[in-house]
Amino acid sequence: MKLALPKGRLLKDTAALLEAAGLGLAEYDEKSRSYRPQSDEFTSLSPKVFQEKDVPIQVAVGNYDLGICGLDWVTELLSKYPSADLVELGELGYGKGGLYVAASVRAGISSLDEVDGRFERVRMVSEYPNLAEFVALQHRLRRFSVLPVWGAAEVYPPECAELVLVRAASANGLARHGLVPLAKVLASTTVLVANRNSLAEADMGGLLARLRTTRVRTRQSERLSPVGGATSESPEEHNGNAVRLALPDGHQQRHTVRFLAKAGIDIGEYDEPLKTRRPRIGLDGISVKVIRPQDMPAQVANGNFDLAVTGEDWLRDHLYRFPSSPVERMVNLGFGTVRIVAVVSERIPVHDAAELRGYALRSLLQIRVASEYVNIADKYARDNHLAGYRVIPTWGASEAFLPEDADLLIENTETGATLRKHKLRIIDDLFESSACVITHKGALSDSRKVPTIERAIEVMKRTAA
Amino acid sequence: MRVHKCRGMVDLLPDDMVRFRHIEEVFRDSCLKHGYGEIRTPTLEYLHLFTASGTLTPAMLGRVYSFLDWDGWSGERVVLRPDGTIPTVRLFLESVNQEGTTRLFYVANTFTFEETGTERRERWQCGAELIGSNLASADVELVLLASEVLSRLGVGPLVVRLSHGGLIKTLLSELGLEAEKQAEVFDHLLEGDARALGDVGTEDPNLARALRVLMHVKGNSSGYLENVRALLGDALPRFQADLDELTKAVELLAAMGCTFEIDMTSGRGFEYYTGAMFQFCVSGERVGGGGRYDDLIPLVGGPSLPASGFALYMDTLMELVEFEPGNDRSVLIAAHRGGTDEVQTAFEVAADLREAGYAVEMDMGQPSTSSHRWSVSVSKGGALSLTDQATGKTRKASASANLLDLMEGAK
Repeated sequence: MKLALPKGRLLKDTAALLEAAGLGLAEYDEKSRSYRPQSDEFTSLSPKVFQEKDVPIQVAVGNYDLGICGLDWVTELLSKYPSADLVELGELGYGKGGLYVAASVRAGISSLDEVDGRFERVRMVSEYPNLAEFVALQHRLRRFSVLPVWGAAEVYPPECAELVLVRAASANGLARHGLVPLAKVLASTTVLVANRNSLAEADMGGLLARLRTTRVRTRQSERLSPVGGATSESPEEHNGNAVRLALPDGHQQRHTVRFLAKAGIDIGEYDEPLKTRRPRIGLDGISVKVIRPQDMPAQVANGNFDLAVTGEDWLRDHLYRFPSSPVERMVNLGFGTVRIVAVVSERIPVHDAAELRGYALRSLLQIRVASEYVNIADKYARDNHLAGYRVIPTWGASEAFLPEDADLLIENTETGATLRKHKLRIIDDLFESSACVITHKGALSDSRKVPTIERAIEVMKRTAA
Repeated sequence: MRVHKCRGMVDLLPDDMVRFRHIEEVFRDSCLKHGYGEIRTPTLEYLHLFTASGTLTPAMLGRVYSFLDWDGWSGERVVLRPDGTIPTVRLFLESVNQEGTTRLFYVANTFTFEETGTERRERWQCGAELIGSNLASADVELVLLASEVLSRLGVGPLVVRLSHGGLIKTLLSELGLEAEKQAEVFDHLLEGDARALGDVGTEDPNLARALRVLMHVKGNSSGYLENVRALLGDALPRFQADLDELTKAVELLAAMGCTFEIDMTSGRGFEYYTGAMFQFCVSGERVGGGGRYDDLIPLVGGPSLPASGFALYMDTLMELVEFEPGNDRSVLIAAHRGGTDEVQTAFEVAADLREAGYAVEMDMGQPSTSSHRWSVSVSKGGALSLTDQATGKTRKASASANLLDLMEGAK
């Protein structure tokens, strides 16, 4: 019996639930780097740890019999694929929150019915693009774009989006981000899900009975984002002449803080832990937002930012999908360097792309390519003529997919140590990626912004050198 | 690895294409003779063309094939055309002089996702749109045009089912439903679920009586509409304009000898209809449909212009139409021994016969997949012989002209 378990926000409560249910999973905790915890009690149980939003997908495609995740990700999947083989088996009593459609308080609207009258064109930003589209269609928004993001959706309105679809503990929690709820789309909680065919064919009664009757004490209510502190997130009045700079959160944040300090640029509120997603920067004429580096190329292409600090990997992923995009790299910052590599399990006798192609043909295998870099992975498979391949988008922890749930991985690595630890083999080196500054080609023709952009670029170039 | 076509897609083989082209040609010919001009819109359109409120229902929009184009970084999606009328209206607004009456027709494929993959996701339709007239005679012209096409295709007997979008909408608002509920019931009705309206109760006895007749009795004359008028009592003034419009169309169709049925629950498919709606049925099967859509052009951003149109469903017609083109003008030509001179002669004779309107296939020494009335053999020295496969008789011929005389003479 295969069980898909969540990383991240639900891990602690889920571990407590499984402990209380008597499963006693070793190495399923926040510190462990193992993706394959073991149960002493249920020896036939094969648990694997995924990013939460991967859980319902893995269960729906039949790779796992059972899974635990938020109802929000289940609904996100089913709103686009209603006939998916995914059955929700009930609430587990923790991880409660809601999904809300919200707008900036400055928009002056309080319901979705007012949206079409207020905006000619509506941009809705969300980590839940399927649900966002569903909501837009149900409410008959006339002209809308859904912009999928990896995170930090709440920081986009009003400058970069009219609406967001976000998860929050309550409607009140939105106010501190300068947002007003227009509609509650879903009351979300953690649920147990099962594959329809597994339910029909396999006896999972023992485990289901234990999970159904076990409850755990819940932790504090969930916050909208990891941003803490008392700083109000309300947007300031937009200054049309200001150069808009996007800085990264996540892994690159630490490096970027160090780089800015080295450049002598004061941006205290950006230090870890992040206190606000709109930190003030000690460079005149520049306003800053902190968003996910994955989202930056698209945001710069759309003219929402003039400059952004992201990775070469995410720039290429964007340009492979949108070859005529107006985004270009201005400065290589030289930190956060990784190699983007193609990886297989050591279990398969393949050492390069040609051997993989031959292996797939001989074994009639439809190669499953897992990656966070969907477009880089797609291009790699295309360029190497992997017949009948499928790209499986992941949201991190991709190395856990090999060998059971994918055959090839396109992944970044600093030293290769993690890959070796998981018994994986690099078969191709695609390119080297470092942090870089990207810009919109059009920003350099705006005479009001050019002096500020040139000054910022100059400082960064000097520091990088 | 074996390759297959995508789920829900259909290959059209040579025999299918013969029927497809026959339907297309009959439709084109009839439209051209009625003064309609042929257009072709692109397969890709922007999604927002279809999301404009009141053009397609959310259920239909949830099944369109939409995706980001290669320059779609703004998140603006494009769709594989899910409908023929809305792109025609877009083309009309973008490129056509909007004064007077415009008649347009098209043969186009539309794409709608269907979950099981057992039904078609790509469908072909022959559509005609009459833009700029609000007369009932415009609706009747379209019904007669569709009837003519179906008659020429030998499909029948035809029953035209009539309904009225405006009448249904007035009814929903009279029933006192909240706007959201109205939209929900209307969506259900347009998805073909008549119970949605039948289940709605009303305390107004006049309305209840009229509703009972409209939902449960099918009419076949203007008398039926007179009965509905009488039953509506005090509520009549609110329905007067819609009933008058439908009555005019019914009277005209009756005068033209058209067989029709007034069925309020037949208006299936599209939300944009505002007036008379018609379905074309043969042996209980829907082979086409259409109606008046006076609000669509303003919804898509154009001026207030009345319009109506219809589409015939080619995939259904392909199942019903029996058409064998015959092989009287079909020739198989063979160069025996395969010498250069004989092959050259065979090619030259084939060109002459094609020039004269014959379909000529070169024999490659293997069985042909087509049937031919005539076979021509080229022997050494360029001697020709002609065999009529219908009679088995073989005659000698000296040149292409001689062959043509023999073939024409035999017919």
